[in-house]
Amino acid sequence: MDLTQLTRKSEWEWWIAPFGKMRVPGIIYASEALIREMDMKVYEQVVNVATLPGIVQASYAMPDAHWGYGFPIGGVAAFDPDEGGVISAGGVGFDISCGVRCLQTGLTLKEIEPFKERLADRLFHKIPAGVGSHGRLHLSMKEMDEMLAGGAQWAVAQGYGTLQDLDRIEEKGCMREARPDQVSEQAKKRQQDEVGTLGSGNHYLEIQRVVAVYAPEIASAYGVREGEMVISIHCGSRGLGHQIGTEFLRTMAVAAAQHGIELPDRELACAPIRSDVGRDYLGAMRAAINCALANRQVLTHLVRQVFSEIFPAAALPLLYDVSHNTCKVEEHLVGREKKPLYVHRKGATRAFGPGHPDLPEPLRAVGQPVLIGGTMGTASYILAGTEESMARSFGSACHGAGRSMSRHQATREWRGREVIDQLAERGILIRSVSYRGVAEEAPGAYKDVAAVAEAADQAGLARKVARLEPLVCVKG
Amino acid sequence: MEAHWEHFPHEADMGVRGVGATKEEAFEQSAVALTAIITDPQSVKSEMSVEISCEAPDDELCLVDWLNALVYEMATRKMLFGRFKVTLNGSRLHGTAWGEKIDAARHQPAVEVKGATYTALRVQRDQKGLWIAQCVVDV
Repeated sequence: MDLTQLTRKSEWEWWIAPFGKMRVPGIIYASEALIREMDMKVYEQVVNVATLPGIVQASYAMPDAHWGYGFPIGGVAAFDPDEGGVISAGGVGFDISCGVRCLQTGLTLKEIEPFKERLADRLFHKIPAGVGSHGRLHLSMKEMDEMLAGGAQWAVAQGYGTLQDLDRIEEKGCMREARPDQVSEQAKKRQQDEVGTLGSGNHYLEIQRVVAVYAPEIASAYGVREGEMVISIHCGSRGLGHQIGTEFLRTMAVAAAQHGIELPDRELACAPIRSDVGRDYLGAMRAAINCALANRQVLTHLVRQVFSEIFPAAALPLLYDVSHNTCKVEEHLVGREKKPLYVHRKGATRAFGPGHPDLPEPLRAVGQPVLIGGTMGTASYILAGTEESMARSFGSACHGAGRSMSRHQATREWRGREVIDQLAERGILIRSVSYRGVAEEAPGAYKDVAAVAEAADQAGLARKVARLEPLVCVKG
Repeated sequence: MEAHWEHFPHEADMGVRGVGATKEEAFEQSAVALTAIITDPQSVKSEMSVEISCEAPDDELCLVDWLNALVYEMATRKMLFGRFKVTLNGSRLHGTAWGEKIDAARHQPAVEVKGATYTALRVQRDQKGLWIAQCVVDV
């Protein structure tokens, strides 16, 4: 990105002063090095989002921002319905409520190491992953509607996981006011065999080791201890979310002119929050959030089954489940007034600070766990929401390393087999159906996740708590 | 120049581009490019065919509808397609896609396509008079 286009407000905060049709400034949180790496398209997309009706405060980009469609990935924008605010299918993304959850094993590397190969093979066998894979569940249309209304609560009622899990999921595992009746038959059909599947692309299941703790008091509240093993699951709402995204992107693109919305680009398709299209999307999108929560809950159950074969005493409690492609109604301070805003986070994680009423009691004093997914060869991070983040970014932080190289280029740089062999030499086991998929997801195709986590910490978006490094990675 | 397809880079996702002497050819080739994101299109046998119809207010939305219809058919039928025939009649598209059930061992599917987007979406003639049909797809 061309630095001359930006005003540097601090070491970690860069502004794009409003020009043309921008209603608010653009604000990017990142180090100078990360900004230099960012594509100019991120700049354009931050600017475009700032032109949308009813946007409040600023159009934000997180330190891992990269070129998306419409909104940047790593974009955050809040809209006020009283000011003609909009809701955007592109501002949520195709993989609605894609997110990360982290399970705690209470086991050390020494305990897991002898069973590493077996765990990798059993997880790969048990977790349906990759293109064309089937889940172990086939839902009737009635069951589908129940799942879409109930989310992880539905899954727990079906025997997948425990009631304690629900306390550790945003919205207590069930997004209210979901409207399964606004979800098309096609979207439901696409999901019938996909509950409890990992998907492909950047989705994964990893066994990771806590290699460093940066904030011992927060780590202690989270129950995160250096040297212990955790399991992270990254996936979303599968075919159902993709289909809803596809359908509403089109509906909103066609309807924008009828709503008097001038789009700088079709990809910014959106509708007024207070319109039929806006309400329909909101209901369908919330159903897709429940689909993602149910999906990660079923996967959790499968992981626990595998672990119980080898470690019968390991309960694998859930640390937390965060979504990073959503639009949620939240109360935020605008000037001196608290207002309900429609906060879009696309490739951005909610990062509520200490004391927030939505956090479960054991975590409330220290802030929400923010789970940052890395790559199969580097690291992931656990951060914690801060009070500052509420003011800086409507309580939002980054979501992952963020790509720095296209898939196309990655396949020219690396061969999947070589990536797997090199990681094996470092003690990291990869299981995947596709060598090309592994090459496209090679660690070198991503930004430096440590730099992203550091920028989020230094910019005050979320505080660094722990670093996790992979031991086993199941890729879709 | 013969009809052909190519991918163009997008940081997180991938661009598909079909090029042909006619708009129909460009649409067909864009579909081959879509398959090539997942697997080698030449590895897909033409064992069965699926008929697709769509209608859109303009050529660009029609391209997105066509590609999304293929994404949907691949997902629900657990199929891959390697060969395509498109006829366009004004704003209406009729297409046939030939393919087979996914064989994970043989096709080694790299990544699932979530949907076609409006990013870098173009249906137009280039300077040589060839038709181009392209957009970014989310993977």
